[in-house]
Formats: sequence, structure tokens, C-alpha cells
Amino acid sequence: MTNDHSTPGVASGRLSSAQIGSNFSELHPPLSDHEARVAADRCYFCHDAPCMEACPTEIDIPLFIRQIATGRPEAAAHTIFAQNILGGMCARVCPTETLCEKACVREEAEGKPVIIGQLQRHATDRLMAQGGHPYTRAASTGRSVAIVGAGPAGLACAHRLALHGHDVSVFDARAKGGGLNEYGIAAYKAADDFAQKELKWLMGIGGITLEYGMRLGGNLSLETLRKSHDAVFLAVGLAGVNALTIPGTHDADVNAVEWISELRQSRDKTDIPVGRNVVVIGGGMTAVDAAVQARLLGAETVTIAYRRDKAAMAASEFEQILATSKGVRILYNAAPRSLASGSITLARTETRDGKLVETGAEITLPADQVMRAIGQALEGVPDILAVQDGKIQVGEAGRTSVEGIWAGGDCASGGEDLTVTAVAQGRDAAEDIHKNLMGKG
Amino acid sequence: MADLSSEFIGIKSPNPFWLASAPPTDKEYNVRRAYEAGWGGVVWKTLGEAGPPVVNVSGPRYGAIHGADRRLLGLNNIELITDRPLEVNIEEITRVKKDYPDHALVVSLMVPCEEKPWRDILRRIEDTGADGVELNFGCPHGMAERGMGSAVGQVPEYIRMVTEWVKKHSDFPCIVKLTPNVTNILYPAKAALDGGADAVSLINTINSITSVNLDTFAPEPTIDGWGAHGGYCGPAVKPIALNMVAEIARNPETANLPVSGIGGVTTWRDAVEFMALGAGNVQVCTAAMTYGFRIVQEMISGLGQYMDEKGFGSVTEIVGRAVPNARDWQDLNLNYVTKAVIDQNKCIKCGRCHIVCEDTSHQAIWMHQGRVFEVNDAECVACNLCVNVCPVEGCITMRELEVGEVDERTGKKVGQYANWTTHPNNIGAGCG
Repeated sequence: MTNDHSTPGVASGRLSSAQIGSNFSELHPPLSDHEARVAADRCYFCHDAPCMEACPTEIDIPLFIRQIATGRPEAAAHTIFAQNILGGMCARVCPTETLCEKACVREEAEGKPVIIGQLQRHATDRLMAQGGHPYTRAASTGRSVAIVGAGPAGLACAHRLALHGHDVSVFDARAKGGGLNEYGIAAYKAADDFAQKELKWLMGIGGITLEYGMRLGGNLSLETLRKSHDAVFLAVGLAGVNALTIPGTHDADVNAVEWISELRQSRDKTDIPVGRNVVVIGGGMTAVDAAVQARLLGAETVTIAYRRDKAAMAASEFEQILATSKGVRILYNAAPRSLASGSITLARTETRDGKLVETGAEITLPADQVMRAIGQALEGVPDILAVQDGKIQVGEAGRTSVEGIWAGGDCASGGEDLTVTAVAQGRDAAEDIHKNLMGKG
Repeated sequence: MADLSSEFIGIKSPNPFWLASAPPTDKEYNVRRAYEAGWGGVVWKTLGEAGPPVVNVSGPRYGAIHGADRRLLGLNNIELITDRPLEVNIEEITRVKKDYPDHALVVSLMVPCEEKPWRDILRRIEDTGADGVELNFGCPHGMAERGMGSAVGQVPEYIRMVTEWVKKHSDFPCIVKLTPNVTNILYPAKAALDGGADAVSLINTINSITSVNLDTFAPEPTIDGWGAHGGYCGPAVKPIALNMVAEIARNPETANLPVSGIGGVTTWRDAVEFMALGAGNVQVCTAAMTYGFRIVQEMISGLGQYMDEKGFGSVTEIVGRAVPNARDWQDLNLNYVTKAVIDQNKCIKCGRCHIVCEDTSHQAIWMHQGRVFEVNDAECVACNLCVNVCPVEGCITMRELEVGEVDERTGKKVGQYANWTTHPNNIGAGCG
């Protein structure tokens, strides 16, 4: 039996393996040397550059671009990695259009920023392709640090601590490291198994052990870690899902995060079930990632239903355009009202006096599959830690309310939930832990 | 559109844009294409004496300096004069001139520094129909080692002597092409004038090494591991050429000597600048070698529009217009005060003006909250560096202070014209 766009209900293999492979190829193919030189030449080497300020990891962007322009992409990569050891992944997944490239003065001048993200990838790819690892560990300090979570925050923290000579034990609940880079980000942004390649490269620093299948609050206890290590860094992400009760039942009502995670782990993706008509509920990056990938798998119609208006949407303008260019319809001001077999009913909304209210109008869409992308929640965090607005409360450099425990990434308060923010938090916590451990010495 | 026709030392051409003696003018095929593309005149690539032709290297003969996006800013060459037989060149010159009687065709010459070879070569070209000759006293590489080219151009006595021979043995209008590889261009220009030259053309190329290969440690262009200095040309040399042209034009002894301006002319604007500083026409090479002959179309349309806008009926109205304003430093008005002004609507907030002012000298541009850049008039010396580094044209301008207005930097009112010769700090001044 062969499935296609119009196969009713939920089905896998709507497209051939070859077609899916082509659909999921990289969003931005790597720049050639020539393209990189031409793009680098556009950088003005601004003073106190706005792009640098806009980067959560404060990469010296003008310097690394000048290094590319002068034929030294390897030196450029060193400049990047010194601030952001996951510079390779960030170059692929950063919403640069809302960060460095939004701040680029050429965006202001001509509406066309220097393509900083793609240049960063050019540099980092070059150095990583050389094999080996660009850093050497300091002499062992004899101190050990436990890190829970092998996502961007955990790995950035682990690398910086290992660099300083500490012994680092990283624990992760899943079967692989990388966190959302491995399980969450859209496949076409981290193609070619990049998350695992980067992880392996990062581990090249030495002094880091990784253990999988270790879940905090399950087979891993914070108390034990505190006793066995000199410091603990929590980077557990947001494992839970926000609750949303919608009246009615639907037999294909899935959690978008889990669906994406399965898709990411599938080899050729022909086994991933997707509806003929898909409705994604939400307005963030996860909603866009789910919707676009549903289309790439061969769904006939995909609609993102977002309860607020366009301006309020968390997904960037670039992401919204990407979605619509792939044939996704974005329905703004449409809040889920009820589910039924094969359909979803949405209540139309509007903002009155700053408040979201329903207008009374409704729309019912055919929906063979409903994907919920309405945000994730903190889960499994021990009670001894103070929590603020659903996240572990942290102060300067990720210090939690408990001495000896730091936290960073999506699970911690402060900053946007981005890979690059997680890297910055992991790195800064590592420096603070280092200072703390050596001060104790 | 304005009439662009040109007459230079009696040689007529449809416009003042000539191709300089160089690789693009080495043979009939190219010269015909050049005329068809719109070039007003051509100086045929330098002919040497009869006999076995010169031999060129068979490795790279050009080296380059690039700007952003690999724009070619400077070109260097180690090519010698024509390496084709004299007879072939003469036949082709004759044929081409016959077919293009209204276009200028000047023949460049370089033979040993003796009277006989000069007399012989002039006889050989007598019947070509060429409009004139240009004496190549400029090429700084290869031929100079054999006592020709710039080796002649660097010795005023030789320039005068050879020019006299040329005037004695032919009726051709004679242009002497000067080398810039001298300390003072007035000596060779004066020598040409004294020898009876009808005009000088300048500049020829500048001694140069464009780069060094950092793996083989050899100058580029590299021939089998070695490199020799070449002649540098292209947009990068324009400022040097403009100054030398101006020096000749504003010197009373040489002021009436016609000049054909050469050196980095790439656009209509460059050409007009040369003419404003005294050049009767311009010669172009690197622009054609970079973009092809078609580039002359931009020069023609640009010059025409400019002349229309200014109401100039003839290109001669441009010639020398800027010469009275090219002065010695000591003539400049020390009471002239300007201040940089940043147009906040045009500013893209790159901060380059601020940092160059900080790090160069004057600390006269504030960086306020929100990357707002503002000039501190109390510190601004009006150096213009901020204008030069600003990526947005017209974003930073210099405001002229009126006489009587207070300069915040000095606290003094702006006075009337006064220069260094009468300045109180000039100890030698005022004792007359």
C-alpha cells in the first residue's frame, strides 16, 4: 500500500524516502569560500558592535568576520569558540534575525544584514573538519563537578569546567546527549547528525564523563550528587508539558515536542505518522518546527492556530515566513475551543484594552492530527530549590538558592529559552563554579 | 548632449578618452574593437627598433591589489614593449588609421638613446598616417635596465636630447610620456618643453612590488621563484598622478605645456578631475583591462551629463579650471573653520567615526546612550577623518563657520582670510 498527501487520517510514508530526504536537507547550505569572502567584506568592523551586544554569548563578531575576510577562518573559529563552544550549532539554530543580524548596522542601512550566522558556520565547520580539539585542558585541580543535563547549557558548562582542569560527570535522562539540539530543533536546521558530531568533538577536551538514562528524581538524587561532587550544575531543561484542557476527545492528539523528538530520532522519517489535515496549537518555535516538518512529511494541509495576533507571536518573522513558504497556514486569533473526531473548533479572539477576549465567532477545521505546542514546564526538580515563575530561581552566574548548586538553560530563570542563551548561562556558571572551587582551595 | 569632441595638440578625436599605450593597444584586433566601443583615441603599444622583437616572460606578468569584494584597486605589470615584429605593427597601424580617420592614433616609441635609432624608427612610421608620437620615457621595469624607458625619463638632459632628435627628424606632434619615479616631476617636464615637445603625458607606472608569496617567499608576480619590481597603475595611483599633473599646470614655466592625464582614470569623474587640474585629455588603461572596452560608454555619458549640467559647450572649458585653486600649504586660510555634523537620520550607528576620533587624536565625537553619535565642537579640529571612514555618503558633513562666529574649540571668533606667511607664530613672517 502506498500513502500520499491525500491518504485519509494519520499515516506514515506519505512521501518517498528520497523525497523526504530532499525535503529535510539543510535550510542554509554551507557557504563556499568565495561566498564567505564576499559576505565577510560587507562587515564594517563597527565600534562596540551592536551585533556583539545582541549575542547572548558576546562573540566578537567583527573580529571573526575580519578573520574570515583575511583568509583565516580557523582563527575566526577560535574567536567564536572562546565565547561559545557550541558555536557550530548556534550558527545553525540561532534566530539570528532577532539577535545579531537584527542589530547589524547594514540591516539599518540597507535592510540586508551581514549574514553573521552563515559566516559563523563557515568558520566553525572549517575548524571542526580539521579533527582534533582546539583546546588543551589545564592541569587537574582534583575537584569534581556533577552536571545534570547534556543539553547546550550542560555541555557548555562541562567544557569550560574541564578546560579549567576539573573532573566533570554529566548525567542525562535520555539515551543520547545534546538535549534539544538532538531531540527538539527542526531536523533541517541540524542536519547530518550534527548534534552528535558536535558532542563528540566537544568531549575531545577530556575530563568529562557522560552517563545516559539518569533522571533527576528517578535514579539520580541531588543529595547524592552534592555529597559525591564539589559542585552541582542543573541543566535539566523543561521536561514537562503545559496543561491545556480542551473539551472533547481526539484520537490523534499529540504533544508536538514528543512528535518532533521521535521524528529527529527516525532514520529516514518514513515511519513518522502525520495527518492528512494537521492543526498545530501554539505560537512559538516548536509550533513552527512541528508544522513545517508535518508539511515536509507530506501532510496535505497544515494550520498553526495561535490564540493571539501576529505581533504577539513568539516565533520570529523569519520563522513565520519560513512556515508560510512551506505551505503552512497561520491562523492568528484562533484559540482552541473543542475537539471532535477528525476536527477541531477554534474560537476567534481579539485584543480589547490589552486583554484577549473571544469574539463569539468560531471556526471548525478538519484535523486528522492535532499537535500541541503550547510550551513546556519544569519537572522533577527537588523541593529544596526555590522556584520562580515555573523555573529554578537563579541569581548571578546561575547560583541557586542552595549553596553549591548552580543552574542554567531552559530550567533556570532569566533569559530567553534559546540554545545560545543556554550556552552563555552554562559557560558563566562554569566560571563562577571554578572561582568558587579554587577560592576554597 | 554636450559636444565631447576633443583636440589635443592638433590631434582630433570624437572624445577626450584615449586608451594608453599598453597591452589593450598592442594590435589591430584590439584597437578596432576599442574604436567601435567608443574610445576617442588610442596610443599604440610601444614599438621598439627593427630586428628581433623583445621577449616577454611566459609566466604571470601582472600582480594586483584588491579592495573589498576583490575589486581591483591597483595593478602592476612586468610586461615589456610590444613583442611583435615592427613590420606587423606598422602594417596594422596603417590599416587601422585608414579605416578610422576621425579617431586619434598616436604611436608610442622606445628605442636606444642614440640619434640613429630614433631617426630610423621615425622614418619607418612616417607613412602610417599616425597622428603623432609618444616617447615612452616612463616604463620602469625591464627596458629601464637596458637604458630605455624610465632610465631616460629620470635624466632631464636625456629627455631634452631625445625630444630634440624627434622634432628634428619628424613633423609628428610629439608627446613625451613621463615617469613618476622621480623626486620632482617639474625637471623632466621642463626638459621635455625645452626639447621642443608639444605635450607631456603622465604618469607612467610606479616602481612596485604588489605582494609577497608567503609560502615561497617570492615577490609576486613570481617567475620560477623570483620576482622583479613592476609598474603600478590603476585607481590606487590616481592621487599621485593628479598631484603631478597639477604641479606641471601650476608652475609658471610649464603652465602652457599641454598635458595628457594618465593614472587610474576609471570613471567620467576621474577624467574630469584630471582635466580640471590641467590635462587636455586623458588616457586610460587599467579600467579597460579590468572591465573591457565597453567601460568608455559610462565615461562618455557621465562627461556629457556633467557638461550639460554645468553648461560647458566644449571639453576645453573644463581644462585647468581647478588649477588656480591648487596652491601651496602656506597660502591656505588659517582662519577657515569647519565642524563635523552628523545627520542622525542617515547615521546607521556603526560607531566608526567615534572610534577613529578617539584613537587617532581628538576625542571629539561622543557616543551617547543608544549609540547616538554627536560631535563635540569644543574638541573638533575639522580633520575630516570621520567623514572619510563613515560608510554612508553624506551622513557626516563639514559645516563652515561664518566670519564672526565663535569657534568653541578656541573660544575665538572666526576671522578674515589670513595664512601662515603672516601668522604671529611664524617667526620669519612680518619682518619685511
